[in-house]
Order: sequence, then C-alpha cells, then structure tokens
Amino acid sequence: MTMAYLWTGMVVLSVLCGIATGREGEVALAVVEGAGGAVELCLSMAGMLCLWTGVMEVMSRSGLAGGLSRLLRPVLKRLYPEEAGDRETMDCVAANVSANLLGLGNAATPLGIKAAGRMARRTPGVAGDSMCMLVVCNTASIQLIPTTVATVRAAAGCAAPFDILPAVWLASALSVGVGIVACRLLRKVWPA
Amino acid sequence: MVVPLTLMLVALYGLGRRVDVYQALIHGAGEGVSTLLGIFPALVGLMTAVAMLRASGALELAAQALAPLLERIGLPAQLLPLMLVRPVSGSAALGVGAELIQAYGPDSYLGRVAAVMLGSTETTFYTIAVYFGAVGVTKTRYALPAALCADMTGFLAAAWAVRLIFGS
Repeated sequence: MTMAYLWTGMVVLSVLCGIATGREGEVALAVVEGAGGAVELCLSMAGMLCLWTGVMEVMSRSGLAGGLSRLLRPVLKRLYPEEAGDRETMDCVAANVSANLLGLGNAATPLGIKAAGRMARRTPGVAGDSMCMLVVCNTASIQLIPTTVATVRAAAGCAAPFDILPAVWLASALSVGVGIVACRLLRKVWPA
Repeated sequence: MVVPLTLMLVALYGLGRRVDVYQALIHGAGEGVSTLLGIFPALVGLMTAVAMLRASGALELAAQALAPLLERIGLPAQLLPLMLVRPVSGSAALGVGAELIQAYGPDSYLGRVAAVMLGSTETTFYTIAVYFGAVGVTKTRYALPAALCADMTGFLAAAWAVRLIFGS
C-alpha cells in the first residue's frame, strides 16, 4: 500500500501545484509525455538489458559464482561468527553474496532465504544477530556492474554509461560498511 | 572497450568450462524480456507521476524549500522523489530515476547522482519483508534501523562520490 500513497501523493501534489503556479497546460502535457517516455525507454533499453541478462546467465552456468563463493568464505566467517561452524549455512551465505555481487538477484534471494531459515532454527520467531546481518547485507546493494542503471543511461543518450562504476562502488562500499557497523553496535543495545 | 572485453572474457571462460555459452546467452536474454515486461507497467505509472511533478513546478518548489537543509548534508533536493521511493519499490525507483536521468541528462550532476543512487542501494522494505516473512520472524529487532542507516549512507555517498569523481 505504501506505493499507492506515494503515487497518489505525487499526482495530487502536481495537480495542486500546477494550478497554483498556473502551469495546468504543462502538467497535462506531462501526462502524455511521461507515459510515452516509458514506452520509448523500454524499447531503447530492451537490447542492452536482454544482452546483459544473457551474459549473466553465461556467468552463472560457467560456475563463476561458485569460484567467488570460495574466495569470500574466509571474510564471511568473520561477519557471521555464530554460524562459522555450520558449513551448509556458510555455503548458502557465500553463494548469496556472490550472486548479489554478480547481479543475479533471482538466484541470490532463494539462497539467502535458505541461509536465513537455517539461522532461524536456533531462535524461532526472533531475528538473531546473524540473521539481522544477513538481511541488512541484502538490503544494501553490492552489485559490481549495475547493468540496468547503465542501460537507462545509455537509453538517455549517454556515450559512456559505465563511467559511473567507480562512484557506484564507492557509494555501495560505504553503504554496506555503515550497515555492518550499525549491526555491530545495535546488537549490544538491542538484545534478543 | 570494457563492455566488448567483458563479453569476450565471459564467453571464453564459459567455453573453457565446457558450457554451451550461446544457448545460455539466448536463454538469459529471454529472461531479460520478462524482466522488461515486469518493470514496464511501473515505468508507465511512475514516469508519468514524476513528469507531472516536474512540470507543475513542485520539484523546484521543494528544492527551494528544502535546499538549505539538504544542501548542508550535500543532497540535491530534486532527487527527493527518488530517495522516497527507493526503499519501497525497485521498479518504481527505476521509473522515477529514469525520468530524472532523461530530464536532467545522463551526464549532468543530477543525472549521475540519480544513477549512482539507483546502483548503490536496494529495495530495503521489500527485502526485509521477503526474508523475515519467509522464515516466520516477527521480532526483527534492529534490522530495519540498521538497513535504513545503510540506505541513508548510500544516498549521501552517491552525491559525494559523484562530486569527488566528476565534480559538480
């Protein structure tokens, strides 16, 4: 329902504001142009988007995610000390993180939920520290190549749609880092 | 050359692993079509709403009113709709972001920050609902506040990183 309120709020605000500033004509025109723009955007990003989902499928079938998981395991043991002894949970977490890194969202979610399910067995109904960490890490984006956004930029006429990559990495790393630190600090003041 | 090189390396790596890379590519591209069809309705709804918001002058008014506050923390007020929608719905955020990127230009400061925000944050409320719903957890403790801290950091860092790398 949240989106219903946000969408209605945006439309009501634009109508009221349009009347107040005398821009009724522009607002009416924007309805036509906005909806048409969505069609144009979809068509112009279709090729790149499908190509990238194809490339990602090749990556996942080649076992690139599996290799990444092996690299990540030592780091993840330190993030999830309570689960370090449970090999199957750690496998799921590592596979979840590597799927997220590669931007395979559809593969990442079931793996993450499987890990969360194993973490939930010890504390049914309550989120343990590991589960909070897992969920917070999944609400932060760690995708290495944000292909959808790059496609939108390309569709808008950008010559180098991937030139934002360093900025995305920097912002993602800071965001995930603060999420992890927040988990570490809050677990002490918010006991189960 | 980054993109062609990525294609080449992924294809060679896949062949080396005895994967039918062409079959995989075509299959994945087919999934791209369903992704596109999935986000299309949201793009129509949200791009219309944001185009209206911009045409009515509401965005500029909000920018003027909130500028002193948001400027102090380094966030462009024109991107407020994007920041409001981002944690709630991924396809909606893409719609809002795409409209802003097209309107201000993909290589403008605002267009770049919008893109970096989209690329460095996730749909927090949706993810939390899916995970805790799937494993039957009702006491979520500090998961939401910690996740929102990360989102806020992502927004601030997006604006800062674009200024750092591209200038404003």
